[in-house]
Amino acid sequence: MEDDNLEEKKSMRGIVMPYILEVRNICKRFPGVLALNNVSLDVKRGEILGLVGENGAGKSTLIKILAGVYSKDTGEIMFDGQKVEILSPHHSHQLGISVIFQELNLFPNISVAENIFAGREKSRGGFMNYSQTNAEALALMKRVGLNCRPETLVCNLPVAQRQMVEVAKALSLKAKLIIMDEPTSSLTERETQLLFQIIRNLKAAGVSVIFISHRLNEIIEIVDRVHVLRDGENAGVIERPDLTEEKMIQLMVGRELKKIFPKAPAAIGEEILRVKNLTVPSVLKDISFELRSGEILGVAGLVGAGRTELMRVIFGLDPFSNGEIYINRRPVRINSPEDAIREGIAFVTEDRRLQGLILGMSIRENASLVALRALQRAGFIKFRAENSLVREYVQKLQIKTPSLERKVSTLSGGNQQKVVLAKWLAVKPQILILDEPTRGIDVGAKAEIHRIISDLAGQGVGIIMISSELPEVLGMSDRILVMHEGRITGVLEREEATQEKIMSLAVS
Amino acid sequence: MLQRGEPVKQVKQDKAKNHAKDSYNYTDKLDPMKISLKRIFRSETTGIFLILFLICLVLMVVCRETFPTSDNLLSVARQFSYIAIAAIGELMVIITNGIDLSVGSIMGFGSVLAGFLMHEWAFQVPVAIIIGLIGGGMIGALNAFFITKLNLPPFIATLGTLSIARGLAYAITKGYTVPCPDAFAAIGQGYLGPIPLPVIYMVIMGVSFAVFLSRTVVGRRIYALGGNEEAAEVSGINIKRIKCLVYILSGVLAAAGGIICAARLGVAQSTLGLGYELDVIAAVYIGGASANGGSGTVLGAITGAAIMGVIRNGLVLLDVSPYWVQFAIGTIIVIAVAIDQFRAKYNQKRQLREVKA
Repeated sequence: MEDDNLEEKKSMRGIVMPYILEVRNICKRFPGVLALNNVSLDVKRGEILGLVGENGAGKSTLIKILAGVYSKDTGEIMFDGQKVEILSPHHSHQLGISVIFQELNLFPNISVAENIFAGREKSRGGFMNYSQTNAEALALMKRVGLNCRPETLVCNLPVAQRQMVEVAKALSLKAKLIIMDEPTSSLTERETQLLFQIIRNLKAAGVSVIFISHRLNEIIEIVDRVHVLRDGENAGVIERPDLTEEKMIQLMVGRELKKIFPKAPAAIGEEILRVKNLTVPSVLKDISFELRSGEILGVAGLVGAGRTELMRVIFGLDPFSNGEIYINRRPVRINSPEDAIREGIAFVTEDRRLQGLILGMSIRENASLVALRALQRAGFIKFRAENSLVREYVQKLQIKTPSLERKVSTLSGGNQQKVVLAKWLAVKPQILILDEPTRGIDVGAKAEIHRIISDLAGQGVGIIMISSELPEVLGMSDRILVMHEGRITGVLEREEATQEKIMSLAVS
Repeated sequence: MLQRGEPVKQVKQDKAKNHAKDSYNYTDKLDPMKISLKRIFRSETTGIFLILFLICLVLMVVCRETFPTSDNLLSVARQFSYIAIAAIGELMVIITNGIDLSVGSIMGFGSVLAGFLMHEWAFQVPVAIIIGLIGGGMIGALNAFFITKLNLPPFIATLGTLSIARGLAYAITKGYTVPCPDAFAAIGQGYLGPIPLPVIYMVIMGVSFAVFLSRTVVGRRIYALGGNEEAAEVSGINIKRIKCLVYILSGVLAAAGGIICAARLGVAQSTLGLGYELDVIAAVYIGGASANGGSGTVLGAITGAAIMGVIRNGLVLLDVSPYWVQFAIGTIIVIAVAIDQFRAKYNQKRQLREVKA
């Protein structure tokens, strides 16, 4: 009797639940930003699901929740027919979910076999059982086509093979669902095909795969269905028959463009910056563009396209192997930030906490940092002048603070960014480079910063603005440079630019 | 092909944790132009002063007859002045997130160099002193070269020069004690009124460098570099130049401390300063410098040296075995830094609460 019931239950499960993973209405909030808003997602058993979306769409937040790194605020997760709360990465592994992050979570200084069984070592009375470890690792390695010896140190393996180690590790965890985040970004064509073969083998063995990538042509090649996220929400699911690059792009960016950005018309003047054939081996290929005074040049592209790297080179933080830079039509040598600042270039970096501010110092000390050279008499700081200069910019930029002596670590993101801006505006640059100037900032402060940028352009400052937010790029820029894997793939004028055009240039 | 156990080149890890942690200086930076009660109350240096004051109070009670005599107190001050002077240089290095382990050896080297020149080659006293200081600066420059050009970690680099400088000191003296002329000894043994000259030198250098660090552009840049090296670089500060400067200054100040000590003793010995680097570094940390770099004051470093000097003196007056003195100093360093961490965390929470309110 009992056996009959069990059989019935088993077959019922087979019919009723074709899904290995069902995510329902997940919300996740971080201070100041709603990363996931009612996101739902399904993965069938033995399916390869593509997950696409722009930078910031919520993909990595979602997979981190599945990996047990973050916890969801609300919503339900059903895995293998059971409702689950994923409490930790260890728990996620136990359930049968394995995530291979883009950065790869391997220990380079120990062997392949030791990595595969890290945390679950085969041991006998506290001593490592190397023969068993290596033998079992070898079996797994054969399954993924990894031909090296299991004792090989991971640091001696090329990236493609390191990825295979991660897959082998996932298999050793008896994963039912493997999530791969940008697995092909460091692979050659041939290696990518090998990976695809392994993914197909996994599918044949009943393992499901979530495949995240920006390379839309690869997505089309390997996946069964595509799930699109946009601005932390579901944008749609595309079935195999309808799957095209255009359709994916349309869902990735298809949002209403509201007129939020008050870009005032500005007179665009003479050329103030020209970059010619700038090359950094493996990072930037033959970059050329110009910037005119009063112009806002947006720079769009995916993470890793080389935008920040390009600006670091122009600003003298990193060296370049080939190319020329002209300021006001005059050739210049920029070997350090000091040189760049002397030529009138300012650089508001991507991460204000890491590179923009000295968190232990006050607003006054941060804001005057670049202008110190002008605020001195015989090496001594002129405190009165420093105070009035900082006060001037605190007022101009409307930085809300009861005192200039407040530590910047206590300020909100928006105010912190304004302090960074104040620091640079205090030396009156003629070229202002902004890298993701409104990232992680609330809507109100965002609008204020846009107004400030717009005013600056009106005063004749040439502005280069890197941004991953397409509406921002479209709203603020006079021209838009799009980069992809170290090259400029296109330049769009304000009138002709659309989100779709930018995204297609960014992915190919 | 790397072998097991060989260092793997790491990708630059996210240093956000270090930067997010607020440095020791928990107060809002109070306006340096205004000297007010508020500033004195909330400054972290006040805390250290308080500790010094308390210790002195305890000793005044326990050693009623021996401690509070002017003879004893001035002698204590003179004893720690050498450490304090070297600690000023070490402070600047520690602010920039570095470390200089060679200060003890430079104290020996600088004094021995000056002594040798005066004794063997009959150099004038002022000239010999200047050359001794330059010698210290050159060892500092060697440190700077190792750290900025060869990119050696400061710990390793100065560990090397620790031996290099001590070796040079031995080589110059061949193990003999170098007697010094009276004119030289007068510099260390003299008094200005009731106050020993070494104490005067300590005060002069203390004030000068305190002004340098708090009121000059270079001083501000030193703090900036220590607070966040990447941000300082992006802001146009020449990282290598500032690092060179602090290591050279550390060398010069260590040599100064050594020369003054030798002058007091009347002889230059190649073993001068042996082991002193630990006291110098301890003085800086007890005086409030943060383990993460970016903060610390001259007054704090000198007070740190004073605390150690007073404690040593107290233990000696109490007839405690010299071995236990070492034990006590070590314990105090750990307690001091632990209190420092505690206060930083407490004040970070306090500030966050204020902001939310």
